Amino acid sequence: MVKKFDVVVVGGGHAGIEAASVAARMGCSVGLITMDSRAIGRMSCNPAIGGTAKGHLVREIDALGGVMGQLADSTGIQFRMLNRSKGPAVWSPRCQSDRKLYSQAAQSLLLSISDIEIIEDSACDVIVEDSRIVGVKSRSHGEILCQALILSSGTFLNGLMHTGLQSTVGGRFGENASVGITESLDKLGFEHGRLKTGTPPRLKKNSINWTILEEQQGDKKPQPFSYKTDLSKFPSLPQLSCYITYTDQAIHKILEKGFSESPMFTGLIKGTGPRYCPSIEDKIVRFADKERHQLFLEPEGIDSDLIYVNGFSTSLPAEIQLEALRKVRGLEEVEMIRPGYAVEYDYFPPHQVDLTLETKKIQGLYFAGQINGTSGYEEAAAQGLIAGINAALKIQKRPEFVLTRSEAYIGVLIDDLVNKSTDEPYRMFTSRAEYRLLLRQDNADRRLMKKGFELGLIDATAYEELIKRENLITKSIDFFSNTKIPPPEIDLILQSKGMASLESPETIAKLCKRPELSLAEIINLERIQSMEISKEITNDGFALEQVEIELKYEGYIKRQLDMIDKLEKYEKLQIPLTLNYLNIKNLSNEGKEKLNKVKPRSIGQAMRISGVTPSDISVLLVYLKK
Amino acid sequence: MNEDTIVAIATPAGTGAISVIRISGQETFNSVDKFFRGKKRIAQADSHTIHYGDFYSADGLHIDDVLVSVFKNPNSYTGEDVAEISTHGNPIITQKIINELISLPNIRLAEPGEFTKRAFLNNRIDLAKAEAVSDIIAARTEASFRGARNQLDGLLSSKVSELRAMLVNLSSYVELELDFAEEDLHFFKQDELLKKVDSVIIEIDTLLESYSFGKIIRDGVNVALVGRPNVGKSSLLNYILKESRAIVSEIPGTTRDIIREEVSIDGILFRLFDTAGIRFSEDVIEKEGIIRSRDTVFNADIVVFLMDTTQGEANDLFKELMNLTNPEKIIRVLNKIDLNRNCLIDSDVRISAKTGEGIEIFFNKLKEKAIGSDYYSEKTAVVTNLRHYNCLRKSRENLISARNSILERMSGEFIAFDLRNAELSLAEIIGEVTSDDILNNIFMKFCIGK
Repeated sequence: MVKKFDVVVVGGGHAGIEAASVAARMGCSVGLITMDSRAIGRMSCNPAIGGTAKGHLVREIDALGGVMGQLADSTGIQFRMLNRSKGPAVWSPRCQSDRKLYSQAAQSLLLSISDIEIIEDSACDVIVEDSRIVGVKSRSHGEILCQALILSSGTFLNGLMHTGLQSTVGGRFGENASVGITESLDKLGFEHGRLKTGTPPRLKKNSINWTILEEQQGDKKPQPFSYKTDLSKFPSLPQLSCYITYTDQAIHKILEKGFSESPMFTGLIKGTGPRYCPSIEDKIVRFADKERHQLFLEPEGIDSDLIYVNGFSTSLPAEIQLEALRKVRGLEEVEMIRPGYAVEYDYFPPHQVDLTLETKKIQGLYFAGQINGTSGYEEAAAQGLIAGINAALKIQKRPEFVLTRSEAYIGVLIDDLVNKSTDEPYRMFTSRAEYRLLLRQDNADRRLMKKGFELGLIDATAYEELIKRENLITKSIDFFSNTKIPPPEIDLILQSKGMASLESPETIAKLCKRPELSLAEIINLERIQSMEISKEITNDGFALEQVEIELKYEGYIKRQLDMIDKLEKYEKLQIPLTLNYLNIKNLSNEGKEKLNKVKPRSIGQAMRISGVTPSDISVLLVYLKK
Repeated sequence: MNEDTIVAIATPAGTGAISVIRISGQETFNSVDKFFRGKKRIAQADSHTIHYGDFYSADGLHIDDVLVSVFKNPNSYTGEDVAEISTHGNPIITQKIINELISLPNIRLAEPGEFTKRAFLNNRIDLAKAEAVSDIIAARTEASFRGARNQLDGLLSSKVSELRAMLVNLSSYVELELDFAEEDLHFFKQDELLKKVDSVIIEIDTLLESYSFGKIIRDGVNVALVGRPNVGKSSLLNYILKESRAIVSEIPGTTRDIIREEVSIDGILFRLFDTAGIRFSEDVIEKEGIIRSRDTVFNADIVVFLMDTTQGEANDLFKELMNLTNPEKIIRVLNKIDLNRNCLIDSDVRISAKTGEGIEIFFNKLKEKAIGSDYYSEKTAVVTNLRHYNCLRKSRENLISARNSILERMSGEFIAFDLRNAELSLAEIIGEVTSDDILNNIFMKFCIGK
């Protein structure tokens, strides 16, 4: 019998997991096609979740009801809040994960959802009727029918791995490539490109001289990603350390010997690699004056005998890799279990999708993850979630779900992809978010949980708690803004910090703005402490943190809100999707071409398209007024 | 869009040697051919050629012999088909020709600035240049023309781009520490950062200062002539008008008591207000005139206080003047030195409006007061436009805020926020905004990636 689902997801990576689980929880029947069900949730590269800006994405995915945060919390073997010395907007949670346990947790999570059927097979063709998806062809199951198809195939589309001049067909070490999808999309008129990414060698744990290396421990008081995680049982696994070591000039010399057999330098690799995650050979060439490069030795898991060499991504010949590694301090007698390699894969430049991640050409066809040109588990998961939500909404004839740049990093991510497209693997950075001071990891729940609840992805208890807390935050800010502290009450604290006494009473809100004073210290004052609201807020560490940040950075937050207001009017100026830009004669040629490619929904979106000039925008405004 | 063809007189109204009528739009050449008789039809002419012929009215009357210049799209000022008809400089002729043209369907009188607007909309010029064009059109003197010209040539644009690049570079250092905290990189120290911010502030300050000069080139300088009756205000005025040779216009006094003249001295426009016969005392009969006189002095950029060697010092009047204006604005001029060379009255310049003695020095004083002693060459970027000035000020405010954040040891994202805003304000001047510049700069300069 022909299999039939509401939604079919191709690929069981981080995008596929979110897409399948969210669509199923929104009431759709879901088929998940994967070449190997044991590979679901497999981390191809770094055994870590989060990091700068990526940690923000995980927190947002969690607040919307996605699963990455929970998976990471339950399988983390080291948790750190990066940038702790900086301001709250750039604090970023990151964890080392047990690679095996993460994958297992992902599999059991999907198996626990009854509406998901996992199909071990390889998709090879999309079936389209009247520009609308009707199904997908697979090698062993033949036609599988669906109303929505989400392609999240990672590095597997025509994947080609390189170590030295040897290339092997495949999307990940020991796994096959996926052939057919690119070709079938090409036939439908899609445009594809080629990208490259790399991974470092894996080393044998007990062949490393750990005692002489610099240790990097996790946080003493680790913080989980997910609102759901029970703090009393967190972290659930034993915690491990990472270690730091360095390359030197002699090592660079050895690596240079292999350049003649480098698939990158000899032109064997055609795809563009990420500039922010260059291979070690790339670093040596481009930054020749740098004497050493930092390497992080990261554990792959509690029981794992593998060590991941972060910073040593390479596709040089295996024997050169080993020779160079053995010159690294602490790795003198190291055994290399698996060499590093580069992988090339097909992607579809993302101007071809809309903000819902549905393709503009084919209704019901969605792209998520590396197929859109991104890199990173978190970026993939975020897209999987949005694609899954929108596929379900469309089937259920409900309004689409799009996040704006001022609401979430996820909004920034997708808006960037659609408007700027990308010709190198795209990674999230905090500097990409113009409203960075508002889009913090600490307030992800406050920003997005309501939306998650409305989509039916956050349960009522969690939502009620959020509302209760929101009320407490508002009440507290009001109280602290109106309660004055007379000079004598706070004199002792000020003196102890070498600050001058107050001349007249000041509100708690104003006092709190001083960098030297924490809100907790002020609340601790005898008279304030005894008040009901102080007790309430002190009991809720999360709410207290929110109030303190809002009071301390009030000026900046207000300025960012003003900026949003100013630009809002452009976001509200809608452009009909049917507009034919080629007929607007005063647009610049590049502007015409780019606008026609992207088909922006609003003037605000049009303004962000690269190659569209301010005069193009004025032409558009004049044209739309007519 | 822009289906209409537009027409307007491109030269100033009034009588001159020639007048030029400009037409732009898709009906341009056909419209001209309806009235023009020459060797060749304009529609068939090559771009950038000039054609002699006669312009007839629709009823066959000869209006004038004219020259028609042809510019085909997109290589014209507006980017559309453009023709310029040069006629003899007589308002009656130009009016007749325009009336004939606009009697055709799809052709109408241009709105003010519409040619330039079309040039901007057709991507012929950027925003800063479009504004410079309107300034050139309004330019009343040679220096004013030079100021607008140099903006059009992009001196300001290139200076602003340079400053923007400095800020992008600076931001990338700040961002580096935020997005790549784990990397083994050199991050800026507080004093390094501060030094960089300060150097941009200094550059912006130079541009801001040029605005007062730019404003003078653009708008001219108001000069009030003040003095007791019969000290020689009128003779001085007459002498200046004669001497400067470049009378811009003679406009009847705004009141019967205040005469206004415009003269150009070395390319700078001076607007002279003669407060003839007006004293500052509270005389009921002359109250109206007195109020006007006070306003004139109050609004003047320079006040010329005229005394004469025969009347002696006018301390009472000078004292009153000091209440009305900033002493720095006053030039004390002693007239009639030909009558009493040994006069001891203290002054800044000694002249004779009768013989012309000392007038050169007086002109130099005027110029010095107007533009200060700072030297602006044609190679200096000068801010002449208020919008640009405000953008620069906004940018400066943000940089000051960044400076304070650095001093207060605020975390990088707050500094980055101010730097980004400072950069956006600059980008507004040239009308270009890109957000990927900072990351591109980071990837280019630093070895990123664990």
